[in-house]
Amino acid sequence: MSTEIVVFAVLFLLVSGMGFVAARWRRADNLASLHEWGLGGRSFGSWITWFLVGGDLYTAYTFVAVPALLFGAGATGFFALPYTVVTYPLVFLVMIRLWSVSHVHGLVTPADFVRARFGSPTLALLVALTGIVATMPYIALQLVGIEAVLKTMGVRGDLPLIIAFAILAAYTYQSGLRAPALIAFVKDALIYLVILVAVIYIPSKLGGWGAIFDAAQAKFDATPAPGDGILLNSNNQLQYVTLALGSAMALFLYPHSVTGVLAAKSRDVIKRNMSALPAYSLLLGLIALLGYMAIAAGIKPIGTDVNTVVPQLFDKMFPDWFAGVAFAAVGIGALVPAAIMSIAAANLFTRNIYREYIRPDATDAQEASVSKIVSLVVKVGAVLFILLIDPQFSIDLQLIGGVIILQTLPSVALGLFGRWFHRAGLIAGWVAGMGSGLVMLYNIANPATKHAHFGGSAFPLEKLGLDTKMTVYAGFLALAVNLIVAVLGTWLARAIKMAEGQDATRPDDYVADRDDPRVHDLEIAGSS
Amino acid sequence: MAAPRSDRSPWNWLLLIPIAIPLIPALYNTVEPRLFGIPLFYWLQLAFILLGVTATTVVYRMTRSRR
Repeated sequence: MSTEIVVFAVLFLLVSGMGFVAARWRRADNLASLHEWGLGGRSFGSWITWFLVGGDLYTAYTFVAVPALLFGAGATGFFALPYTVVTYPLVFLVMIRLWSVSHVHGLVTPADFVRARFGSPTLALLVALTGIVATMPYIALQLVGIEAVLKTMGVRGDLPLIIAFAILAAYTYQSGLRAPALIAFVKDALIYLVILVAVIYIPSKLGGWGAIFDAAQAKFDATPAPGDGILLNSNNQLQYVTLALGSAMALFLYPHSVTGVLAAKSRDVIKRNMSALPAYSLLLGLIALLGYMAIAAGIKPIGTDVNTVVPQLFDKMFPDWFAGVAFAAVGIGALVPAAIMSIAAANLFTRNIYREYIRPDATDAQEASVSKIVSLVVKVGAVLFILLIDPQFSIDLQLIGGVIILQTLPSVALGLFGRWFHRAGLIAGWVAGMGSGLVMLYNIANPATKHAHFGGSAFPLEKLGLDTKMTVYAGFLALAVNLIVAVLGTWLARAIKMAEGQDATRPDDYVADRDDPRVHDLEIAGSS
Repeated sequence: MAAPRSDRSPWNWLLLIPIAIPLIPALYNTVEPRLFGIPLFYWLQLAFILLGVTATTVVYRMTRSRR
């Protein structure tokens, strides 16, 4: 046990420390301005974009939450794979338009775009708030990942969560966005190493893939739960599909994903990345199966915390020193994206709320310190999500975030393709979608803890009075409500001749590329 | 300035394939035939990654800006 902790601590400090050194070496300025705390207006080629975007997207979600879901519920958990297959072709044509219009008009956040497109400060404010709140449960998931590793190494009680929070807070406050971006390479290399070893070595120890799936089958056959098994059943297929598609639509609406995409050098860099990023999906699919390996290896979760099954699998199967390496990989794999997410959310606040509504004449130093404080607030929000929501599977933290962020899809994603919607309709749709989404989430029980509320993201259709046991991803239904209301609201607003907002963009802004004279470098951090 | 650019291209339709196929569970919700002991449900969905990579790569190559 002690070897593990030593290796973990040394690697963890070494890699996260490297970020600071590298950030300082590349530029000697201080971090007192938002400009420096953020990405600093740099634009990136294909390789760095691949690491930056991929590194944000594959997180503790991948290493801890997805395998835990397969461990507990079986085939349903594998939705994470079609999710990451579907998302890239889905956003391929969307993201290049966002890149173009953003670079022509100097837009940095989804809220900036909505404001320019629909001329509605209210809608922009809603989009900004949505991005900030939706990021919190996603960060919560990262904290849960670090927590699971610490628990497995023998840290008990409330201490794992407190330590995870302290590490993340200290790291973000000190580093800004550049340090996590610079260590993305090392982090990914470490993760690839651990996973390749895991998916080759562990199955060979457990008697091959056939034995692993047989063990999983036997476990699910023995449980009374009707929804589990190594295949889908007629009641959870709809949920599987809506989860995959809903998550795929949500992914690139998050502020941190948008930041990564906008930092790309050109439209071609984005396109090329959409075909290169699935390399991470292969990894994700293999990691997901660690959940079944844990079943075959007879792993029991620590207490009721299913998130500990993968760390415990590493603990049991690997020699101590390599388990330490694996824990460091999972820990850094959670820390880096959590830092990037909380900075992206904080910058969203500073740019679209603080500078817009509270202090239009703020200095760079003021903006930077507000951003730092907000990034702390966002992390406190993440901890509240952990303490108050407590869903059966930690993956639901991310899926709840998805329910929230999906409500910006009509104004952001559809807004990139046309301006058919009236801003009043979009606002009404947002209110209806967010309202119905939260009501649905409130009414989902957690069978493990017997809590009646906020227990997950699979909404049983029988609660709508339908005679069926089928469940569906709440975010998907909420988005449908949002769209219907937005359409009706648009008709109504046009019928009573409500004022249309001013559209600051022109059709050819959406196809401008790097060589276009109107395209300027972006100040990704938010100050200009 | 050159002729107005556009994102329209018939190649874009290819993107629909890797979006639609993985969302039809009827295509892959079985155990047999296994591959290296892995049920079809899992290996075929892993294989869909290739479908996604192929479609996005072809569309990228066919629609990238001329230099």
